[in-house]
Amino acid sequence: MNERQRWTDRSLVQLTLVRYREFLREPEAVFWVFAFPILLAAGLGVAFRSRPADRTVVAVAGGGATGEAVAEALRRSPDLTVKLLAPAAAADSLRTGSVTLVVAPDHWPERAVEYRYDETRPESRAARLLVDDALQRAAGRGDPVTARDRRMTEPGARYIDFVVPGLLGMNLMGSGIWSVGFAIVDARRKRLLKRLIATPMSRAEYLASFVLSRLSLLVIEVGTLLGFAVLVFGVPFRASVGTLALISVLSALAFTSLGLLISSRVQTVEGVSGITNLVMLPMWIFSGVFFSASRFPDAMQPLIRLLPLTAVIDALRATILRGAGVGGIVPELLIITAWLVLSFPLALRLFRWR
Amino acid sequence: MTAPPLLVRGLRKTYGDLVAVDGLDLEVRAGECFGLLGPNGAGKTTTIEICEGLSSPDAGEVVVLGRRWGENDRELRERLGISLQETQFSDKLTVAETVRLFRSFYREGTEPAAVIDMVQLGEKVTARVGKLSGGQKQRLALACALVGRPELLFLDEPTTGLDPQARRQLWELIERLRSEGRSILLTTHYMDEAERLCDRVAIVDHGRVIAEGTPRALIASLGAEHVLEFAVGDGSLDDALLRTLDGVCGADRRDGVYRLQVAELHRAIPALLQALRHEGASLTELRTHSPTLEDVFVSLTGRYLRDE
Repeated sequence: MNERQRWTDRSLVQLTLVRYREFLREPEAVFWVFAFPILLAAGLGVAFRSRPADRTVVAVAGGGATGEAVAEALRRSPDLTVKLLAPAAAADSLRTGSVTLVVAPDHWPERAVEYRYDETRPESRAARLLVDDALQRAAGRGDPVTARDRRMTEPGARYIDFVVPGLLGMNLMGSGIWSVGFAIVDARRKRLLKRLIATPMSRAEYLASFVLSRLSLLVIEVGTLLGFAVLVFGVPFRASVGTLALISVLSALAFTSLGLLISSRVQTVEGVSGITNLVMLPMWIFSGVFFSASRFPDAMQPLIRLLPLTAVIDALRATILRGAGVGGIVPELLIITAWLVLSFPLALRLFRWR
Repeated sequence: MTAPPLLVRGLRKTYGDLVAVDGLDLEVRAGECFGLLGPNGAGKTTTIEICEGLSSPDAGEVVVLGRRWGENDRELRERLGISLQETQFSDKLTVAETVRLFRSFYREGTEPAAVIDMVQLGEKVTARVGKLSGGQKQRLALACALVGRPELLFLDEPTTGLDPQARRQLWELIERLRSEGRSILLTTHYMDEAERLCDRVAIVDHGRVIAEGTPRALIASLGAEHVLEFAVGDGSLDDALLRTLDGVCGADRRDGVYRLQVAELHRAIPALLQALRHEGASLTELRTHSPTLEDVFVSLTGRYLRDE
């Protein structure tokens, strides 16, 4: 009765152990947190792998001697694949995108051609430059400037390099919000929260157990995804471990608080799922997970910058890809901290134990 | 003399227009098992949750182990054991993990393994909560209530929804706790449960105590040694007429079944048969039983406990 309490019998330790057990015994949760981001990174890495630059496919409309002559001139360019098609077939190919540009050699010997292409397609604009260059040279244009090409694919500039920090940020957000939100609403629905506050349990320790378990799972989560990306895809890792840890911990705290806020009053699992998706969806779209957030109009940028996920992903990209230190990501860190400082006290204030 | 474990005076609680508890008094004495017996919606759960400090009353006084809620709740909770209605523990944890978690909330208490043995879940120590039967879950709830070695135990509808065998098993456990001299407040809408487990019972209806005493004294207050129930095939009998029959001290009728409170069976039955012959009615059912708390409730309210 009077023996000293073992540290494992302390309620904070027991509550945190419960968090691990509930997580590890839910195979789906383990899949979404650990396996899914890796599968996604693997899929995207394969789809957007670096390949030798494709040759641009263009069509010459109309057969006959003029068509042949133009096609012949174009074939001398190493960057072009040339198809000689009837005018109708050429127009068709352009519409369906199997050629990027059609050359109509109306009066070739008189040195007049027409380029038909869609100006909004970058590859068509590139094709126009290539085709025009090839034709002008064939017609005798000289190059006054000597240029030399040196081709490089630098790790850090590929799509996989771009997307891995995005996935990491998305994962921090998802597991932070879901792990707390679902568990708390489920316990409230089962009246387990009410049963717990009928004991002398400290309410702060109960909430702290979520944060503690989150932080320790975080190490595994960040480690597996980054380890996979570095080892398999050669994604550069230029961050200092300290900076990365700071961003990860701060983000996990901010997203956990957000999860706490979302679940502070909801009574049903369906309800919390809806609100969680409502909160996360805009960030999946706007925060630059899969493509740069700068693609959105300037007017939206201030709002997008204030989203927690944007700040997290920007900070992760800066430190992982460019090796930025804490000094280089101060605005992002401030935004993440602001979300934490605002949402946590509000969540505690609104929190319903029954 | 020390204060009683629980003292409630003039308790009132309303939810909007609904008066859940309407001036309720009760006292649980040290070492007794006290039962709040009443139909669903009588205000039993509201009352017990106010006593547990889980909700606050609109008016009235609650003194638990000599203290009031709001003074030092954490200290008070150290000394209480609580089993709520319809708590579901985490399905993913084992029995041992659940009890150990609850043990960790209390400064002093019983070894989890000892409590698990006590509620006869020794064979299920490593089983997940999700795999337990209803009765086993209810015994786990009892283990979690006992693990802090409470001075006062609150059990809200401990056997509701259980099959007869699981109920009897739980009754045996509660009887053992009672024989150990623990103070217990339990709520139930089963009269047989209250009769078997409780030293004293308060019958609650519409948020008030309408009768209180030992089960034996409450039943004796009917003044009837027997209850006689019968139904007739055709014709009908007047309640007032039945009350005047020899050996009958009370009568009522419900759903075509007449119910007589009878002091002397050997005089009441011939008188009843004679009355039936006189009215030209035929007897289709006849049974007698010793009166129960159910009969007390019926005679007080005109309704059955198991209704609504």
